[in-house]
Amino acid sequence: MKFLLALFSSWTWRMAWRDSRASRRKLLLFSSSIVIGIAALVAISSFGQNLRWTIDQQAKSLLGADLVLAARDPFTPEMEQIFAEIGGEQAREVIFSSMAYFPKSEGTRLVQIRALERGFPFYGDFQTSPAAASTNFHKGGALVEQTLLFQYNSQPGDPVKVGELTLEIAGSLEKVPGENAVFSTIAPRIYLPYDKLDATQLVRDDSFARFKVFFKLPESVDVEKLVRRYRPKFDKLRLGADTVEERKEQLGRNLENLNRFLGLGGFIALLLGAIGIASAIHVHVKQKTSSVAVLRCLGCSVPQTFAIYLAQAIAIGLLGALIGSAIGLGIQFTLPRVVADFLPFPVELKIAWIPVLRALAAGFAVCLIFALLPLMSVRRISPLAVLRAFYEPASPWRDVGQWIVIGVASIGLIFLARAQAGRWDHAFGFVGALAAAFLLLTIFAQLLRTLMRRIISPAWPFAWRQGMANLHRPHNRTLLLLLSLGLGVFLVLTLYRTNQIIAGGLIPKNRGSQPNAALFDIQSDQVASVTNILREKNLPIIDEVPLVTMRLAYLKGEPVRRLMRESDRNLPRWALRREYRSTYRDTLDSSEQLIKGAWPVKVTDPNLIPISIEEGIAQDLKVDLGDELVFDVQGVLMTNRVASIRRVDWKRIQPNFFVVFPSGVLEEAPGFHIITTHVNSREQSADMQRAIVRAHPNVSVIDLTLVLDTLDAILSKIAFVVRFMALFTVITGLVVLVAAVLTGRYQRIQETILLRTLGASRQQVHRILLAEYLLLGLLSALTGIVLAEAGAWLLARYVFEAEFQFAVVPMLIALAVASLATVFTGLVANRGVLDSPPLEILRSAA
Amino acid sequence: MTPILEARALTKSYRSGDSSLTVLKEVSFTLAAGGSCAIVGPSGSGKTTLLGLCAGLDVPSSGSVLLDGKDLATLNEDDRARLRSEKVGFVFQNFQLLPTLTAIENVMVPLELRGERQTRDIASSLLKKVGLAERLHHYPMQLSGGEQQRVALARAFLNRPKILFADEPTGNLDNETSDRIVDLLFDLNASSGTALVLVTHNLDLARKAGRIIQLKGGRLVDDQTVEPIIP
Repeated sequence: MKFLLALFSSWTWRMAWRDSRASRRKLLLFSSSIVIGIAALVAISSFGQNLRWTIDQQAKSLLGADLVLAARDPFTPEMEQIFAEIGGEQAREVIFSSMAYFPKSEGTRLVQIRALERGFPFYGDFQTSPAAASTNFHKGGALVEQTLLFQYNSQPGDPVKVGELTLEIAGSLEKVPGENAVFSTIAPRIYLPYDKLDATQLVRDDSFARFKVFFKLPESVDVEKLVRRYRPKFDKLRLGADTVEERKEQLGRNLENLNRFLGLGGFIALLLGAIGIASAIHVHVKQKTSSVAVLRCLGCSVPQTFAIYLAQAIAIGLLGALIGSAIGLGIQFTLPRVVADFLPFPVELKIAWIPVLRALAAGFAVCLIFALLPLMSVRRISPLAVLRAFYEPASPWRDVGQWIVIGVASIGLIFLARAQAGRWDHAFGFVGALAAAFLLLTIFAQLLRTLMRRIISPAWPFAWRQGMANLHRPHNRTLLLLLSLGLGVFLVLTLYRTNQIIAGGLIPKNRGSQPNAALFDIQSDQVASVTNILREKNLPIIDEVPLVTMRLAYLKGEPVRRLMRESDRNLPRWALRREYRSTYRDTLDSSEQLIKGAWPVKVTDPNLIPISIEEGIAQDLKVDLGDELVFDVQGVLMTNRVASIRRVDWKRIQPNFFVVFPSGVLEEAPGFHIITTHVNSREQSADMQRAIVRAHPNVSVIDLTLVLDTLDAILSKIAFVVRFMALFTVITGLVVLVAAVLTGRYQRIQETILLRTLGASRQQVHRILLAEYLLLGLLSALTGIVLAEAGAWLLARYVFEAEFQFAVVPMLIALAVASLATVFTGLVANRGVLDSPPLEILRSAA
Repeated sequence: MTPILEARALTKSYRSGDSSLTVLKEVSFTLAAGGSCAIVGPSGSGKTTLLGLCAGLDVPSSGSVLLDGKDLATLNEDDRARLRSEKVGFVFQNFQLLPTLTAIENVMVPLELRGERQTRDIASSLLKKVGLAERLHHYPMQLSGGEQQRVALARAFLNRPKILFADEPTGNLDNETSDRIVDLLFDLNASSGTALVLVTHNLDLARKAGRIIQLKGGRLVDDQTVEPIIP
């Protein structure tokens, strides 16, 4: 109560203003530490709100229709009846993957073919060049993804061949409503008129195709209600339904995740800045010890003195938050460009005041939380300090108030992290990791100070001895710089290394004779011909695997249709609904490891076939050895018993399967084959693809080298976003570094004056500073690197399950950049001290 | 007459690692309202510790201090701060002005702390009285040592304290300036009826107080009234 009265007294604020006179520039610099972090948070929060607004505005064009129904198989009469009942305007689409051939450049590539009926999109438009092509292609042309046209040197008017059909390219496809640019990188699209589908001769009953029907319904129809009414029928017929509301929710969730990911980057920058503020306030308060003691002697109470310095911290935080918000509002206009490839629509930007104010408040709160900890020491300064120059303040360990503040600060931080990350476990993890990094850096700083005290030898050169001793002497900045610079290096390097590990884990290594091209959709009667073509081209047949498609009908005696309706069973719908592509063999592959049961197992009862199931899907379906699964193999029900559970290394480039059958069961079922091979060059790959597509247009080829390029393109887009986020942290790190060095300057000034008065040359003082800053920079960077590599190892091992390798080059770069930045900042900051005559400095420092 | 200050068997010990160091042992004395005394003794004899305890800046290990009849041991830190702002003034060897406040602002602080509003005129007239009419808006670093000590004296007497504690008030000044400061100190003391506790090495200065309390090794070894030298 007393404290609150003191805080709201005008005298407190007047004293805070007076007290700040000599240090306003310094305080302004401190406040700039949080500017970038708050700017990032404000920009991202406002941008997030703009995304939500845009989703609401463009909701219908996200789907292009009011309702979409989709099936894995051609529509049955029963389905057609439902479509007729629903009514409205309708447009159909069949989507499948196939090879496209560009005669002009003789190039072939696996693409996504979409045969579309006129009418779609009912809302929004295709963006094409020329614009008229978006409707003209229905007259018999093709809309081809812009990237494909670039890649195969084609343009509107040139031919493209899909299966047995050759079409004229009507235009280039730039944007499809509701789909983002990254999607087109993964699967470049070619649209053709729906009535030309049969002419391609690519879609048979057993092909992997997806059949869709789009509906435009009268406004009076409540689509959600309609879907709820038909849901049981949809489930029975395995029809997937997508409505505008569902799409909005799903898109909202995805964009929320993107926004949170960006927000976390901003939050890290803000925390680093807040650490800068905390360390700066720590130094500020130390310098104010004598003023506090004098005020106490004059009758100023503990709450009053505390309120004076808290008022200064509030002012610093508020100023930083306001400047940061202003900059953040500017930055938000750059964000759409940064994440453009991940957005399905252009975002209209305006200032979203509520999220901006929320981010501003969060930034201010973090700043205040971090400032409170060093400020608590003001309460422990006794008035006795005016009489005793070497007065030791009371121990912080026994200060109950300090512990209360630490508790409240931790809870506050967890809540703020929860607001950013959206999940409690992530918030606890984030704050926990930060606390651990703090603790480690503090321990390391303590060890370093002890080490420096012990190892300095009188035989060493004077400048180095002085520089090293400065790391453990009173008022040293070892802990401060280790915390700010070390944490900065740690965060930036961790972001970079995480990106590297993800990239390394995703891009498989193309070693020796491992497969790097896969041919699939090969009909049984085409296997011999395809094999011959490969042999003629001197390409090895690495795997030749038969494949039969099937669906799960009964799980442990219960019909899957019923299980799908019972959400409380916690069985993932995708696992129940999916089409299983299974193989049959009596061996285990090199990518497989038996963890339960036995394989191969002899078929003793033709009505109960033993199967081997993959560990992950077994867990999802909650099945174990001996459990019964009934598969619908293209109309024939087949009862199976789980005879073994396998662990599969999915990262291996070879055909892997959820379910494996024994030989002698599926041979007669209609299916197709996959063949893998190894090509040595792009030219060889192109040559092989041309030969295969000419002979068998239905066979598709995945060229791994092309997949690698695609992955590379996506990763570089992700890396750009990561680098953009890291930039906030790097800039904040630099500001904190400058603030830390400058606070050091004020502390070291007396010592430098004394040295110069005693006759030290400028060069000698220069060398002492150089030694001190070089050591600080090197050791801080080293600590950050050790933490980052430990973090990268943990991430690689436990999160991404990827191979960990030391990254020597980034380490050396981090070491060099951090040390040089520290030395440079240190020397520049102290230039005035070195250039001026001692007396002048003496007067100005008084 | 009620004493303004009463020290009863004051003992102060500090812990240093496993051992304990007693810097003040069983010191007792009283000072009448408006009276003055000087505490003298060699370095390390406990003079400053005694001053700190008497002014309520620190708490004794044993014994008690009664300031204007109030036992300081019964007051918490904030109550002691209030007592200081109402009844106590200080003058220090190194002046202890707030470096970021101008001369007049430094003087105003004690009254401001008591919530008084019209402080500027009082502070200004007091600074004029100590000869600093032209220096009101100068910062401490722009003033000489003597001028700084005069500001400190003006600040100390601003709230008409009942007792003034002065710790080596001339320790950092040359002889001529010292004399002027001492004259001013005793003038103000006499005119406002303030009691004075002076800690000094300077026996001439101590004599001016009229009573000398001598400390040695933390003990009070002598407490005598001397003929004050009229300045």
